[in-house]
Amino acid sequence: MTAELVRGQNHPLDRTRVEIRIVAGGPVVAGVTLGDAQGRLPGAESVAHPGAPRLTGIEVPGRAAAEHRIAVDLDALSAAVHRVSVLLALAPTGSGGRSGFGAVAAPSVAVTAPDGTVIAGYTLTGLGAESAVVAVELYRRQGAWKVRAVGQGYADGLAALLRDQGLPQAAELAAAIEDAAGQAPARALRAPVAAHGAEPPGGGPEAAVGHPAPARTPAADRPEPAADPSPPAAPSGGAPIDYRHPKRRTAPAPAAAAPDGTSAVPRRTPAPPGGAPGASDGPPPPVAGDAAGWSMDERLFNQVWGMFEDLARSVAAYRSAADFADSRLAKELDHALADPRDRLGTAADAARAAARDKHAALVARAREALDRDLAQLVAESEVVEPALPPAFARWDNPVWQGYRVPPEPPMAVRLGDLHLPEVPHLRIPMLVRLPLERGLWIDSGRAAVLRSGGHPPEREYGRRELGSALTDGPPDEAELRRLALETAVAVAARLLAGHPVGDFAVQVIDPGGAAASALAPLLETGALPEPPAPGAAGVATVLEALTRRVDLVQMALRHRAADALPPDLDTAQQLLIVHDFPHGFDDRALTRLRYLADEGPSAGVHLLMVADRDRAREYGPLLDPLWRALLRITPVPAAHLGDPWVGHAWTYEPPLAPKGSQVVRQVLDRLAEARRADGC
Amino acid sequence: MKSSEERGRRVSVNLSKGQGISLEKSGGGTLTAVRMGLGWRSAPRRGLFRSRTREIDLDASAVLFADQNPVDVVFFQHLVSNDGSLRHTGDNLVGGAGQGGDDEAILVDLARVPVHIDQIVFLVNSFTGQTFAEVQDAFCRLVDETTGQELARYTLTGGGDYTAQIMAKVHRVGGGWQMTAIGEPSQGRTFQDVVPGILPHL
Repeated sequence: MTAELVRGQNHPLDRTRVEIRIVAGGPVVAGVTLGDAQGRLPGAESVAHPGAPRLTGIEVPGRAAAEHRIAVDLDALSAAVHRVSVLLALAPTGSGGRSGFGAVAAPSVAVTAPDGTVIAGYTLTGLGAESAVVAVELYRRQGAWKVRAVGQGYADGLAALLRDQGLPQAAELAAAIEDAAGQAPARALRAPVAAHGAEPPGGGPEAAVGHPAPARTPAADRPEPAADPSPPAAPSGGAPIDYRHPKRRTAPAPAAAAPDGTSAVPRRTPAPPGGAPGASDGPPPPVAGDAAGWSMDERLFNQVWGMFEDLARSVAAYRSAADFADSRLAKELDHALADPRDRLGTAADAARAAARDKHAALVARAREALDRDLAQLVAESEVVEPALPPAFARWDNPVWQGYRVPPEPPMAVRLGDLHLPEVPHLRIPMLVRLPLERGLWIDSGRAAVLRSGGHPPEREYGRRELGSALTDGPPDEAELRRLALETAVAVAARLLAGHPVGDFAVQVIDPGGAAASALAPLLETGALPEPPAPGAAGVATVLEALTRRVDLVQMALRHRAADALPPDLDTAQQLLIVHDFPHGFDDRALTRLRYLADEGPSAGVHLLMVADRDRAREYGPLLDPLWRALLRITPVPAAHLGDPWVGHAWTYEPPLAPKGSQVVRQVLDRLAEARRADGC
Repeated sequence: MKSSEERGRRVSVNLSKGQGISLEKSGGGTLTAVRMGLGWRSAPRRGLFRSRTREIDLDASAVLFADQNPVDVVFFQHLVSNDGSLRHTGDNLVGGAGQGGDDEAILVDLARVPVHIDQIVFLVNSFTGQTFAEVQDAFCRLVDETTGQELARYTLTGGGDYTAQIMAKVHRVGGGWQMTAIGEPSQGRTFQDVVPGILPHL
């Protein structure tokens, strides 16, 4: 029974001999403090740290490392101990340049039974400039022990942390701990042989002891991203990768966002009692995964949808107030002009001025309320985005660098970003549940651009960020078609990456062969086993095979005879990319396509049309139901998607990788490797 | 249940028509969240083949006004105001045990009400058409959601030959909110029928 805790949450412990396992993104010092009922420390002798690794019932590692195991025997503790806090501090770097936890991957802590069964886990997300943190605490509650996820960070380091627990000689002890960690026994300092071939192997039995993590070379202990053959954003020279969100402030200060102390967002759960000692007034700092759900992914999914709704409603409040202010101003100006006698007098001027003042005051108050909500949502977005799993993350998220083929499909996939003109920099992930319930239509027509009104101001932002999506000026037809195909490949790569090997396959209809260059990444990595067959014959073959598949699967489902499916039937879900529609389609093929759009999703066949609706005009309204059955997305930012609550027009941005980034290709390569490994 | 109802009765203010209460806490801060509750006893069951049971469906609604103009409404077909500050917990079609619990409720987060909304009027309608004289144990009340303290309560039962009531309004005064009891009986199936009757009270 594993519980993944969020900050402030607690969980009962069913045993008293436990192990605390810590995995951090770099070398950290681990320690334990034993506090009384108020959480205060009687003295330096109640802190277990590398300089004094053993206390009764506690043993901590004697050096800084990226992974730790701390053995705890709660029965052995003295009765005066009520709170066992596990603290982490960044190892002192030789140069003295110390950054915060925000610069490394979020540490995670698991409380396990001695045999390794995880009782409760907690990932410390949302840390920034803090260099010391209370990760979890074990505490007595009515004779039983419980664990609570704390995650309280201290920007001023260990000394501040210990002082907060009431230790008088906090600064001295903190210095002693850092000394001890820095002077860890030399045998533990040997660099890992595998990562650094230049380092002579140390020989001797000590090399095998524990985790040979070097305390003085933090870069060497991040094998995941650093061992990646070509991380695109990696600075040269093997320096540590900065995991901080590019736009994230160095010190997270969301608490200042709502100075009036009101709960800005009703969906938020109230501050967990006792979870954050010393938390200031105002709403609690946002935490990733702060929503209901059985798994972290589900929580994040629900949190993103909650942010989506909150943003929709906050902006609705602002717009309705601003609209009301405008209409009232118009009415009052009319009124001031209604009486011809007043038209020239000073009274009319005064009335007009008063009306304008009223308008400005109301709009200003509405804006203030909006800004309060937006600050909260932006702060939340800044902690949520870095915490997203690959399927929910943007291509520029570092999580893709450590991508591995998942053992099971995700619950949803990110099909792009959504934003509103009031706040173009707050982009909400557009998460769509898997398996897809309806097909997708990437509109490669000029209508996509024209309908969004040429050059609305918010497009400027999109152009800056989406280097590959837009050049200067409105994209021409050829450019739109290229971007549409690029979007299709990006969506296909995301869906492929989300599924285990053999669970998802892509097929392409491209009778004219015009998509060959765009499809090259899929072909070269083997995601597409062979190039699409040309001409009308190719269209007919693919549609025929898929129609048969849908028919058979439906029959099998109806008769509950899934084992009776013919052995040549590919049971993987199929994504059918249709390019160049309606070129190469006859009436028969068209009927099959509509059949697939309607019946396919329930039988694991999904449609991805890359098409310009205008080019299918000759069919008249006959195809309207087909278009309507598909979710329309655009290859360039365009305001065309409505939300389910208030129906704002949201600007959609396609899930394209940043210009020049090879991340899509790398992910497809990784999939190809996994496919090969699976085949052996 | 019973004891909480009695406790509620004791501390709540029995409002007379037009009486105003400032929604300020004794500590000085203004109210941040209120709940309108509506409760009634369901019609008695009569067994399968005897006369049909006539269900009683009362509905709670809240109309949001900006300068005397209705701009939004929360009722059984629109459960959340567009801005998200008012939430209806859902339509109850048959009523409850008549023991004082709320069968329908509207939660109001006053701090998040859009700045141009200056009055919120709470209404009760009988959707199925029974008059308040025919409904057992019907009441509506306004509760401080942060403390659970009842601010105002109306007993609807015995309220005469009416199918609707304009219960109360909360409106902005200075930087805070004030509640004024209205208690005006009216007629109508949904809030649309009652809105003309609200206008004199704004």
